[in-house]
Amino acid sequence: MKRLALAFILFASAAHAAPAPGALTDPAMETRARALQKELRCVVCQGESIDESNAPIAADIRRLIRERIEAGDSDSRIKDYLVGRYGDFVLMRPPLEPSTWLLWFGPAAVLLLGGGIAASVVVRARKRAKTG
Amino acid sequence: MTAEIGQLALTLALALSIVMAATGLAGARVTANVSRRIASSAAMGLLVFIALAFCTLVYAAIVSDFSVLNIADNSSLAKPMLYKITGVWGNHEGSMLLWVLVLALYTGAIAFAKRGSARLTSAALGVQGLLAVAFLLFILFTSNPFLRIDPPPFDGAGLNPLLQDLGLAVHPPTLYIGYVGLSASFAYAAAALITREVDASWARAARPFMLAAWIALTIGITLGSWWAYYELGWGGFWFWDPVENASLMPWLAATALLHSALATERTGAFRTWTLLLAIAAFSLSLIGTFLVRSGVLTSVHAFANDPERGTFILIMLVAAIGGALALFAWRAPSLETGAAFEPVSRETALLVNNVLLVAATATVFLGTLYPLFLDAFTGTKISVGPPFFALTFVPIFVLLLIALPFGPRLSWHKAEFAQAARPLLPALGAALVAAIIVCFVVASHIVAAAGIFALAAWVIAASVLDLIRRPVKTAAAFAVAVAHAGLGVTLMGVAGTTLWRAETLALLGPGEKATVGPYTLTMGQFERDDGPNYAAIRADIHVSAGGNTIATLWPAKRVYPIEQQETAETAIRTTGFSDLYLALGDERGKGRFIVRAYYNPLAPFIWFGGGIMALGGLASLWGRVRAKSRQPNAQAVAAE
Repeated sequence: MKRLALAFILFASAAHAAPAPGALTDPAMETRARALQKELRCVVCQGESIDESNAPIAADIRRLIRERIEAGDSDSRIKDYLVGRYGDFVLMRPPLEPSTWLLWFGPAAVLLLGGGIAASVVVRARKRAKTG
Repeated sequence: MTAEIGQLALTLALALSIVMAATGLAGARVTANVSRRIASSAAMGLLVFIALAFCTLVYAAIVSDFSVLNIADNSSLAKPMLYKITGVWGNHEGSMLLWVLVLALYTGAIAFAKRGSARLTSAALGVQGLLAVAFLLFILFTSNPFLRIDPPPFDGAGLNPLLQDLGLAVHPPTLYIGYVGLSASFAYAAAALITREVDASWARAARPFMLAAWIALTIGITLGSWWAYYELGWGGFWFWDPVENASLMPWLAATALLHSALATERTGAFRTWTLLLAIAAFSLSLIGTFLVRSGVLTSVHAFANDPERGTFILIMLVAAIGGALALFAWRAPSLETGAAFEPVSRETALLVNNVLLVAATATVFLGTLYPLFLDAFTGTKISVGPPFFALTFVPIFVLLLIALPFGPRLSWHKAEFAQAARPLLPALGAALVAAIIVCFVVASHIVAAAGIFALAAWVIAASVLDLIRRPVKTAAAFAVAVAHAGLGVTLMGVAGTTLWRAETLALLGPGEKATVGPYTLTMGQFERDDGPNYAAIRADIHVSAGGNTIATLWPAKRVYPIEQQETAETAIRTTGFSDLYLALGDERGKGRFIVRAYYNPLAPFIWFGGGIMALGGLASLWGRVRAKSRQPNAQAVAAE
């Protein structure tokens, strides 16, 4: 039966692909949707974004994002909506809040601290080089 | 019988490791020569018994002995022989046994190579002995691979299909050779603190082990990234997944260690800092093991999650890291002599390298562990994904790459900046040319692309020029140039793939077409393509470019009935400069399938670059070993 169906499709072939399932027709909107998908986490998966997940919920959210974009919502409004539903966990880029200051400013702090220590080491090494 | 032989071998190995720890550490105080001999013999015995235990488990897997619980849980009759064997380390118990096998190999190498004085070698073997005791206890009490079940099942439960792959046959052992290899640097560092022997000869003794571990980590991470690329089906090569980060942290720390140890070896500078880095690098390996094995994280890698094991590993972690750091705090202040060098010198360049690499390591550490701590202390759940690392890790690495070409040009103690930098002008020219070419050739992401390619050209051109200009082309100079150039090549691959990837998602039935990048894809037939332990459907996709058919690719979708999982078997056509990447998705309606097609410019460079870096490390290691065999034991004799 399947074989027959395949043969039928082959002969009736329009020789053109259907548009990507669910994609928006407006390319600018589709680009926005893709960018948003990469910023959002699939909440049931391990570290995958909505953009790269096979989970059904990811597909649902992909559809939801497109609906909201077509309805004229801004990116931040869509994000706010999803954060309201799933919490900050859904954001791949954690928000900047007092509880995440250490996370966001930690790398720069380590860099500055390390730079300071290195500078003092260099100063002392120079003193030794001068006297010795 | 076989499982009992394995059990017995492990128990004997535990006894030998206790002997090795006791005599080895005693050798730091009394009769070093005798202690070293006893500890060395124990090390060889340890290697023999752990190898025997490992072979026993492999044998049980080959003959599908389902009366062994581990085999029943992780193997099945229908599984191909190759994956029966590689599946031995595709599960928690087996992979821990591999862990101690690698530990025993390094311990044997320390005993065999006898680098450094008898006291130093003896103490290093003692520390390795302590590690072996801890991990063998862990295996015997919480993760015994030789437990029996009665009655044995008729067939096993199978292995996660994602792990039934050739890449996975080599990826974990390579990564373990890296992770566990850092134990040798750790042991030498602890031995240096115990014996107070930390000088140029110490650095010479420990360096081959640092190099071996670094090479293996480089290859292991490269293979892992390649595996994720072709197996997970999304065309991505690095996901900033916690388990990936767990391997990146020791690599970054080991890279810092290699550079810092260079200064210790040449001028005696930064000796306590080098010791601290050696401790930190292995600590990060242990933390990586804890993250992966404890079930704190779950991902495709974390095939074991069991709180009891997690607690045991956590105790070992605290004991090893805490012990080493306490020893460091106690002894290090009396060991630091203080280096003397001018602000413009190789020493300063290596300091800059270390500050940036440590900041990069700290960034990955924060990004990986912060969500865990935040959840534990406040109950707030956050995600730290690629956008975070793009904003924090990437700028630090950019600074590192800008500074990199100056390092090898500066001489020790005192250098003239203008004199050292002038030969880099052609490299600056190469960077400008690269930026201009990129501006004219590409249409998207021009600013970022021009910047990154200029940076890559800067690093590669400077490395090549530096090698050409050297009057004497030593293995060490070759190693530096090749390793640095490899980093530039990887950078090009990462940039090309990230910035210019073209992607098409299409629903295709037979005869229908789609385009991706320069290629046109025409769907042919769908065929069944079943294997020994899976059912699969395969699509024939004809690829044409400029009107000529150039290839047929067969992406497939597999269903593993025993494990009840689906995998996407991607089809990749590479030209060496770009990849065409096809993955078959779900069937939608009448004989049409979703096809995900990616055109990834420069993707192969990511892995070429990793290979080139590893080659640089190998060149350095080869130079060392050859130098040592020319003057057998000269250092060791001199130090005694």
